[in-house]
Amino acid sequence: MSIDMSQFHQVFFEECFEGLEAMESGLLTLDMGDIDSEIINTIFRGAHSIKGGSGTFGFTVVADYTHIMETLLDEMRDGRRQVTQSAVDVLLGSVDCLREMLTAIQNEQDVDEASVAKHKAVLEIELNGSSSATESAAPVAHVSVDEDIADEITEIEEEAIEDTEQGWKIAFCPYLDLLKTGNDPVRLFRELNELGDLTATPNIQDVPGLYELDPEECNISWDLKVVGDISEAEIREIFNWVEGDCELEIQPLAKAKPSKKPAPPPAVKKDDSEPAEIISEVKPKMVADVKKPAPQESDNEAKTAAKVSGSIRVDTDKIDALINMVGEVVITQSMLGLVGENFTMDKVSQLKRGLAQLERHTRDLQQSVMNVRMLPISFVFSRFPRLVHDISTKLDKKIVLKLVGENTEVDKAVVELINDPLVHLIRNSLDHGIEKPAERVAAGKPETGTIELKAYHRGGHIVIEIIDDGRGLDKDKLLAKAIEKGLIEENVLLTDKQIFELIFMPGFSTAEQLTDISGRGVGMDVVRRNIQSLGGNIEIISELGKGTTIAIHLPLTLAILDGQSVAVGDETYIVPLVSIIESINITEKMLNKVAGKGETFRLRNEYLPVIRMREIFNVQSGDAIKMNEGVLVVVEGQGILCGLLVDDLLGQQQVVIKSLEANYRRVEGVSGATILGDGSVALILDVPGLVRFSVR
Amino acid sequence: MAQASENQDIEQYHDSKKLDNAVQFLSFALGKEEYGVDILRVQEIRSWEPVSRIPNVPFYEKGVVNLRGSIVPILDLRERFSLSKAEYTPLTVVVVLQTSDGNKTRIMGVVVDSVSDVISVDKNEIQSAPDFGTKVSNEFINGLVAVNERMVMLLDVDKLLKLEDLDQDESQ
Repeated sequence: MSIDMSQFHQVFFEECFEGLEAMESGLLTLDMGDIDSEIINTIFRGAHSIKGGSGTFGFTVVADYTHIMETLLDEMRDGRRQVTQSAVDVLLGSVDCLREMLTAIQNEQDVDEASVAKHKAVLEIELNGSSSATESAAPVAHVSVDEDIADEITEIEEEAIEDTEQGWKIAFCPYLDLLKTGNDPVRLFRELNELGDLTATPNIQDVPGLYELDPEECNISWDLKVVGDISEAEIREIFNWVEGDCELEIQPLAKAKPSKKPAPPPAVKKDDSEPAEIISEVKPKMVADVKKPAPQESDNEAKTAAKVSGSIRVDTDKIDALINMVGEVVITQSMLGLVGENFTMDKVSQLKRGLAQLERHTRDLQQSVMNVRMLPISFVFSRFPRLVHDISTKLDKKIVLKLVGENTEVDKAVVELINDPLVHLIRNSLDHGIEKPAERVAAGKPETGTIELKAYHRGGHIVIEIIDDGRGLDKDKLLAKAIEKGLIEENVLLTDKQIFELIFMPGFSTAEQLTDISGRGVGMDVVRRNIQSLGGNIEIISELGKGTTIAIHLPLTLAILDGQSVAVGDETYIVPLVSIIESINITEKMLNKVAGKGETFRLRNEYLPVIRMREIFNVQSGDAIKMNEGVLVVVEGQGILCGLLVDDLLGQQQVVIKSLEANYRRVEGVSGATILGDGSVALILDVPGLVRFSVR
Repeated sequence: MAQASENQDIEQYHDSKKLDNAVQFLSFALGKEEYGVDILRVQEIRSWEPVSRIPNVPFYEKGVVNLRGSIVPILDLRERFSLSKAEYTPLTVVVVLQTSDGNKTRIMGVVVDSVSDVISVDKNEIQSAPDFGTKVSNEFINGLVAVNERMVMLLDVDKLLKLEDLDQDESQ
């Protein structure tokens, strides 16, 4: 009996990716010239456990590859080999290659053999060739030479592959009970036919006479020939399901010897030849079936998509805390139950005490559960040293990345969604922010630029700052460009903050500086929109010649939000507290009509556009007298201040965000829904969306 | 799990009917007309309760309610079919239906006058719908079936509950 290994695959992949990350960060430390045997050991351990694991699970491609890496690392560890720049680069390349392989295997796709072979060749050259090479050799030249050789080798290998891998001869001899396991050879053949041109020749010597024939037994065996550029693994994969139920022999066509399967001794019950003929007549139909390309691709896609479900690693401390809380709640509940039995009025105070306790425990419990979803921001940050390393080499810049506050915890969803905006911002800093070494020296700055990535908690928020000591933003240039693009009027006085805000405007392209590093089509406006969709905001502080700081404020969690409930007619809406600046009691007279275009309110010398919630949401109900007065909630969305005219403020509360789209659809001006204390549903306003909506 | 139990349900029901091509429908009344929906699509039947209105959506989408923690939209079938409006009373019924939209399952409630019966129908007895003059456009109707001299119109749940695309903000 075999154990189903696939249940461990997910864990294996997670561990592999963690191992790869550890190796990567170790290699980057080595890259800085900081050579430490402990670091080499860490890298070695990473490689070793990946090799071991993949061997166990039968991912031989990975195991073989890792073995070469391990040999190289082993020599480094024993001091038999110098740690050279080129070796580190090669190893970094192999980490990428391993990651690709593992991702491919995880998604049940085929491993890109050519790229693996190429990386393997580079590794082998590093292992055999340069062990005697002097360390002083210019690292860049070194690598490029390696790559040239690698290319050649790959070509040669590929040619070789073409010669031998033109096709496969498969001897497929199922055991009698193959059909009982629910497997149908026709299905296998159909899949094979998708890989290449399939010719199937059945052997029907074993088929017994009609009277002995058990239709549930599979008496036929096949010699199959598949022509095409197919890897053995692909064929093996098809036969994966029937592995235990058949004899299988796969040989490359070029070298294929006649099938070794001993032609079954002339069937014992061959005396009656008719039934055999009947069956052989059935055969052509089967082959015809096989020829039809079965459209099963969509099936595969669906399978891959289903794999995406994530898992999360949680500290046992957090789980212990959670279990403690649950214990407390159970105790409180039983206490309340006791009060409830034979309840008399004199127990009211006891009841109240119990309820207060229950409330506290519930809140703690909520906190602990939310904590489980919290991950250290290092999950995102850890990818950046590599990014900075690669890009700074490419740009010929000397840049150090400093990470501060990597252990700051933030909601898992935020971690997942913040990555892309951060990558974009860091690329920007690398490309446009930090100057070339010569330029820096001329400006009297140290040759090496610094980018600091900093995370910390402030209030109910997490703040992520990207600080560079580069050239900073040039206000005059920004202004000139904005005027040129017609985004702002000439002679408008803007504050520094407003000028920096310009770079977030859609269409404010920095086209002249477009490179392959930044300007990949994700503009700053997209960055800002992503961050706002997370309920956060972004601001820039910059000084020309000294550097730029970009600060991102994000809520700690996306599942719960501090909200202000407001009344509009008989309806209740929730305004996210983060977007509220202030609330003012107003009357009709305080609003100024602007030539048919709407209304404004003058707030301390600033005119705010006013959105009447009653009108925009078509609210008919409620007290008509209140139509002309109410509360103006001043909110900020997408950098624009704006007033929402509502009937009344109801109260502040934490609300649990529920998706409106799960069963319904997206509604303009609404970001989600929540359930109020009385069980009714209230909509959460999407402030930036409302602002956009009202502008149109 | 859910799949398995569902399969079991279907099996039991086939056993009970001893018919391979029998289907069960939940029938309900809208005014004087009688409609039916595939019973396997019915999640539950509830009484009417006030909804939270959703702004700027078609009039027959009455709003959303809280159904054990999930937000579920409620559609008024009378208004959907342009029948005369009826007052909501405590006897008004909401049938909660499951619908699949692509590979996603949604849950929605429809307001009907009253639930009548569970009817078992032989698939062969279902007639295709002619182009007839009710206020229901043909597209929602899968077929017609006669039960005890009454005509029941069988509705296609997926088509019925497919939400019309609103003119959404295109920048999203």
